[in-house]
Amino acid sequence: METLRTLPGDDVRQIMWRFADRFDLQMLVQSTRAVARSVAARLVADGQRTTHEWTAEKASLLTAMDGAGVTSMFLEPKYGGYIEGPKNLAMSLTAFELAWVDGGAATCALASDLALAPINEKGTEEQKDFVFPNICPPQPGEDREIWRGAFALTEPLPYVGVDTGVLVGKVRVAEWEEGKEPMLQVDKRGRFITNMEFANFVTAAVASDDPRIKSSCIILLLKDDEGSWDPGAPTKKLVHQLSATNDPVLNVKVPASRIIGGYTVKDGVIVPNVSHSDAIASVFTRTRIPVGVMTSAKLLSAVEPVIRYQRQRFRGGEAAQPGSPRYELGLQMNEDPCHRLVDVWATGEAGASLGFETSRICDRFDALEKGKEALLHSQGISGVRAEAKALKAVQDKALAYLAEVGKPDGDAAIIADAEADVLVQFLVHHAMTGVLIPSCKLWNTGFGATMMREAVSLMGGYGITEDCPGFLGMKWMDAQLEATYEGPESVQRRQLTTTIDQPVFLALCRNWTAELKAIAADRPATGAGALAASMDLWMWALDYLTKSKDPQGKPLFHAKRQGVSFAMADAVAWLMAARCQLLDVLELEAKGPENPVVADGLEGTVQFFMDLFTVHAARTAGEVGRIVAELVLGYLQPEGDAASLPEWETYCNLRCAVEARLAGCRLAKDRAAHAVTQVMIPEALDYPQ
Amino acid sequence: MSQPYHIVVCGSIVPDPLQTLEPALGPAGWGLKNELQLPAVLDPWVAHALFEAANLAKQVPGSKVTLVSLGPKAKLQQVMMQVAQKAPFELVVRDGPAGGFVDAAEVAAVLAEAVNSIPGLDKSRLLLFGGWQSASRGAGATLQILGELLGITEQFQGVDLCQVQGDSLLIKERIEGGSYLVSELANPPAVLGWATGSLPEPPNNPQVGMQNMRLVMPALQKAQPAKVGAEGVTYAAVELPRQRRETRVVKDVPVDDIAREIADWIRS
Repeated sequence: METLRTLPGDDVRQIMWRFADRFDLQMLVQSTRAVARSVAARLVADGQRTTHEWTAEKASLLTAMDGAGVTSMFLEPKYGGYIEGPKNLAMSLTAFELAWVDGGAATCALASDLALAPINEKGTEEQKDFVFPNICPPQPGEDREIWRGAFALTEPLPYVGVDTGVLVGKVRVAEWEEGKEPMLQVDKRGRFITNMEFANFVTAAVASDDPRIKSSCIILLLKDDEGSWDPGAPTKKLVHQLSATNDPVLNVKVPASRIIGGYTVKDGVIVPNVSHSDAIASVFTRTRIPVGVMTSAKLLSAVEPVIRYQRQRFRGGEAAQPGSPRYELGLQMNEDPCHRLVDVWATGEAGASLGFETSRICDRFDALEKGKEALLHSQGISGVRAEAKALKAVQDKALAYLAEVGKPDGDAAIIADAEADVLVQFLVHHAMTGVLIPSCKLWNTGFGATMMREAVSLMGGYGITEDCPGFLGMKWMDAQLEATYEGPESVQRRQLTTTIDQPVFLALCRNWTAELKAIAADRPATGAGALAASMDLWMWALDYLTKSKDPQGKPLFHAKRQGVSFAMADAVAWLMAARCQLLDVLELEAKGPENPVVADGLEGTVQFFMDLFTVHAARTAGEVGRIVAELVLGYLQPEGDAASLPEWETYCNLRCAVEARLAGCRLAKDRAAHAVTQVMIPEALDYPQ
Repeated sequence: MSQPYHIVVCGSIVPDPLQTLEPALGPAGWGLKNELQLPAVLDPWVAHALFEAANLAKQVPGSKVTLVSLGPKAKLQQVMMQVAQKAPFELVVRDGPAGGFVDAAEVAAVLAEAVNSIPGLDKSRLLLFGGWQSASRGAGATLQILGELLGITEQFQGVDLCQVQGDSLLIKERIEGGSYLVSELANPPAVLGWATGSLPEPPNNPQVGMQNMRLVMPALQKAQPAKVGAEGVTYAAVELPRQRRETRVVKDVPVDDIAREIADWIRS
């Protein structure tokens, strides 16, 4: 039987992750990879992770990223960049390549983008023209210092914790002469601020400490501004030491024009056009995805070193003679290490699929968001409530559109009309991103960290040494921080709580489930059926929990009842990841024949990836089933009979449907495990250890 | 200042040397196991030639560089995503095999046709660059045959330096004993088979890459198929050069000790 011949190369990934026709992104991948596997890997191998200080050696990473175009990736061509349009997929691919070797190096790159994101998303054209040209590395003949940025949001509240809604950073009016630009005094103490050691500009979140300034805002601070600029002491992180993290103390005087998004003066009061919460919502919407992708990159990067370790485990010993199974297969003579590696690999695939799919949707969403804003502005609609009202008005149209899309012979006129309607498309994409983004950040990093532990365990004691190929032990610890970056897991679960029960998302879910069932009908031996049944079960459970109460009469599904709502959020993240994984395999199956390189051996490659999906779908079914069972049955009176559940029969049928479709999932695991024993791997890792 | 040159660099791709390279007999003859699926790189010998060509073109205003490549176009495209960022060049492609089991004369014939097809090529200003050797086959004959087919009699092999000296070029060729044969080339055309050259690999420049890709992609799309192989040749035995990879991770060893160990190993 044909099976995976070699580890999947760029041709395969470009098809699966949908950038086979994006040469700009393919070049970005190659140049970022060169930085990761040379400069970044050498820094790790040379022990630069053992110091919290930002050393000259670590700074060489910045130079390498400048040269490779990583620094200018975020910029539009008119500012010296080379990628036109939205950059979400580009950011995720960059993060993936860097995190393949070191998460800190990836964070270092992402933090620059994070600093620029408020300006990019909400800044005025003047602000973009002021900042962006300086980000681009100097061209031949230019003599200027490159601007490097940090984003300062989180606050120094020891023993209290941090809350992005409560700002300690303050802004006051320092001078305001008649007819002149107001000068503002900004007092900002940051905590855990990445890139701060070398940043010469900061986009800082501050709250008003002056009745002449209304609300909070994000403001641009420059190192040369009048006042004090103390990058602060390095944070003593256990991980990600190739990024510079400090606790800065900044107190500078800046013109009011630095308020991101600009301001207006009403009745003698400076009113920022964009509050800090609006800006960060927009920023974090996008920048959470690459963090999720980073952890998935670690899992996929672990495959090659683990296989090499497993196969070579007994070589050199007297009992392992060349040609013998012990010599050729090593630990892979046994089922368990292969099965466990399949689990690691499947998780990495699912996470990467989820991350890249979410990035692509965000690339589309960027244009829709701008279109929505322009349209509402042209209709004189502004303000959060007015916007929400306007969007609510088209929700029925969006639902009608999704209903037609979900039918095999949906009304073409309704579909075409809705597809041309910016507000409808915005609503649909908003519903998707509202679930996919937090799911990616939550699941990729959270479960990814758990599976990274599994990957480390497959290397035995070697896994927790500095010499472990692929730096797996370090990656395991890094994954834990990634679960925290840009909002810890509880923040993602909280967001999911508010988005998973929205009608548009549920309509999407119904369509996706129908699609999965159609796929399962064509491919009964895959996990598509189990996934479809799991989605049915999850949707039923959400409906049941939403309308049910516990014995004390308290609602079960409620934002404050996190024992229920957070668990349902976890379940939906599993489902989203598995669905994206399947879509990528189907894309490979469909487009692979068009590429002669991929076409060679495609049958085995697709079979292997489908088996990985089936393994993951089975795990997903198990997780969803467990969560639903605990929530649906767990709030019944202990002395009661489960069969007294009002919808007991429905519940049983749905559970049975899931489990019936697990048939063959272990056969798929066996096939994938066999492929792991057969796949050709390179002679050596392409980066130092 | 010298008149502009048209530097044509001939070369193709080879499997990434870190990969497991295992000769295998397939339906189409000998090749490497899973060769098509292995990641490829620009042949390192050709890469030196390309970087030297770009450097020379920069020194002589008006010069241009064309890379002529015979290889599977889908794999070439992948490699171009990296190579195109290194230096400005135009690409001419012939779609065919690039492995180590093709005949040098057949490859040279295809390349000669491809070079002759370059629009506006002024052979009186032609510098034909390529690898002295190849990472896929070490015959070292392709470039020489190609030069002969194109009627270029000035040939330099094992070149490490090509320096502009007014209207002429100073060329250093490797000869035995670590010495160089130094020549002065008054006028092109000439063939230069490069050894390692003296330039480091240029850093990636995505702007250059984007500029190149506007020409590279159409060139790949219109690549003509080329039939090359080694018809009539029978391989009695095929094996990889013997190699030893005995890696030890050793820390804190003085440089002198490392040097002594290497010297002992060479003596042994």
